[in-house]
Amino acid sequence: MATAPTTAEAAGFPWGPRALIRRVRSGDELARLTTLVFALVVVLLAVMLVEQLWTNSAEARHRFGLAFLWSSTWDPVFNQFGALPFVYGTLVTSALGLLIAVPLGLGAAIFLAELAPRSLSDNLTFLIDLLAAVPSVIYGLLGVFILVPLMRTEIQPALKRALGFTVLFQGPLYGIGSLTAGLVLAVMIVPFIISVSREVLLAVPGDQREAALALGATRWEATWKAVVPYARTGIMGSIFLALARALGETMAVTMVIGNNPRISASLFAPGYSIAAVLANEFSEATGNLYLSALIELGLVLFLLTFVLNGLARLLILLTTSRGSVVQT
Amino acid sequence: MNLRMLWRKSVNVLMLSLTGLCALVAISLLFFILGYLAYHGGKDVNWDFFTKLPKPVGETGGGMANAIVGSGKLLLLAALFGVPVGLLGGMYLAEFGGRAVPFVVRYTADLLNGVPSIVIGIFAYAVVVMPVHHFSSLAGGFALGVMMIPIVLRSTEEFLHAVPRSMREGAMALGASKWRTISSVVLPAASRGILTAALLALARVAGETAPLLFTAFGNRFWSPGWSQPIASLPVMIFTYAVGPYEDWHRQAWAAGLVLLGLVLVTNIVVRTLLSRGTSPPRS
Repeated sequence: MATAPTTAEAAGFPWGPRALIRRVRSGDELARLTTLVFALVVVLLAVMLVEQLWTNSAEARHRFGLAFLWSSTWDPVFNQFGALPFVYGTLVTSALGLLIAVPLGLGAAIFLAELAPRSLSDNLTFLIDLLAAVPSVIYGLLGVFILVPLMRTEIQPALKRALGFTVLFQGPLYGIGSLTAGLVLAVMIVPFIISVSREVLLAVPGDQREAALALGATRWEATWKAVVPYARTGIMGSIFLALARALGETMAVTMVIGNNPRISASLFAPGYSIAAVLANEFSEATGNLYLSALIELGLVLFLLTFVLNGLARLLILLTTSRGSVVQT
Repeated sequence: MNLRMLWRKSVNVLMLSLTGLCALVAISLLFFILGYLAYHGGKDVNWDFFTKLPKPVGETGGGMANAIVGSGKLLLLAALFGVPVGLLGGMYLAEFGGRAVPFVVRYTADLLNGVPSIVIGIFAYAVVVMPVHHFSSLAGGFALGVMMIPIVLRSTEEFLHAVPRSMREGAMALGASKWRTISSVVLPAASRGILTAALLALARVAGETAPLLFTAFGNRFWSPGWSQPIASLPVMIFTYAVGPYEDWHRQAWAAGLVLLGLVLVTNIVVRTLLSRGTSPPRS
């Protein structure tokens, strides 16, 4: 039944029943639906993940309520579970990691974006990306056999001599502990801070620099007072991104933190983090309540990283989209 | 006046050299890690390591043949699950998507990408291990596959977008249907980028330990089939490194060197290929 094409088709609008049949026969509609299904699988997986964490932690949530978050007893034998030591350890080690990684990463990013010639900068960034690809368990291996002995014999005694009067640097020196975990985390997140901050700094328009230099500013003054403030939001984004990584980091922390669920003010004392307790106790958890308490810890960790990642992406988007309009 | 200028200039030089120092420290970390592993693990990477099973606990000798094969099997499962979903989903985002659905898919993919790997492990435990009550290769492969999906999805989308519009229009002008255009013009043009991205994703999950701890679990013997606990290099490194035996520590170093070597070589090869072709991926 060959007739002249309808006006809609002739105009290039593939609508209407005839066009639909043509699209189905040519495979377009089939391809669209198939790919749509696979795209929706991604959404489905994310929904299932949240749903599984929620339902499987039901027992612990009902038993302990919100007090789970600030109770500090973790005693599987007596079925007493509280998340505080782990939340505390996670936050302390991540904060320590950031404290070391932010200045180091920002400095390196400034060098790569502002000072180094483009080709050198690209090559060095390639190496930084490789550093980001090193598996977490390798950092743990180096942490256990190099950093821990070094901390015990050199760094911790020195810190204790210099700062032992504060509560942060007291107690016996084991080598393992929050400080060591924070150091390992710092090394692990530095590459992320460098590569994202560098990109954000590169997106700062050239006028910004030139204006400062034209007013007689030195190179450093132009960078620190004109370029960095302009990229501030994006740099904050890179820091949040790194923080989210640090919070969820498992293996390296598990291997050096000391695995002791006690809150201690001293950074030398062994601690515990959410990810580490999951790694150590999950496959050995006996009893439903124990398992569901562990899964609730997973839920807490998920929510922490979820909020931070959302903030980070928003901040990075804000700066890069603003800067890329007049990108040099 | 002069004194002030001198002060500003010295601050300038000092701070700029400090930033250089920061970069130097960061870069040297990589070489330190590489060098130390090569030095410590190099002498124990031998024929036995690749061909023998682990000896019973406490005895010296043996190798990690089962863990190497195990890692291979887990990565195969991960790729079988993660690549199709990521590839076809990314194709939808780049080629067929409207406005609302791609936004939601992109958002959830970024969300999944940010989920800590240990939480992915809990997820795989809940949906694969709990119903059948035992650890298995399938569960481990599923966990790694879930981690691959967002990476493959977003890079497929980006590489498809990078294909010039004129190529699409050329095919369309010849009368090809949309699907025909995509499958025989756009996809081949973007294929190298997508392949390299999939390899990078594979290299990333190859080193993952946390999601395997309570899905694939571990095994000191061969793991026939797909439904039994299985050994893998990263988990083996963890177990051996925290174990009490000197010989285990030696083998952990050797396994670390092998794993790092595989991951870095894949990264270097893939990234060099990538930088010579289509637009580079965003990190």
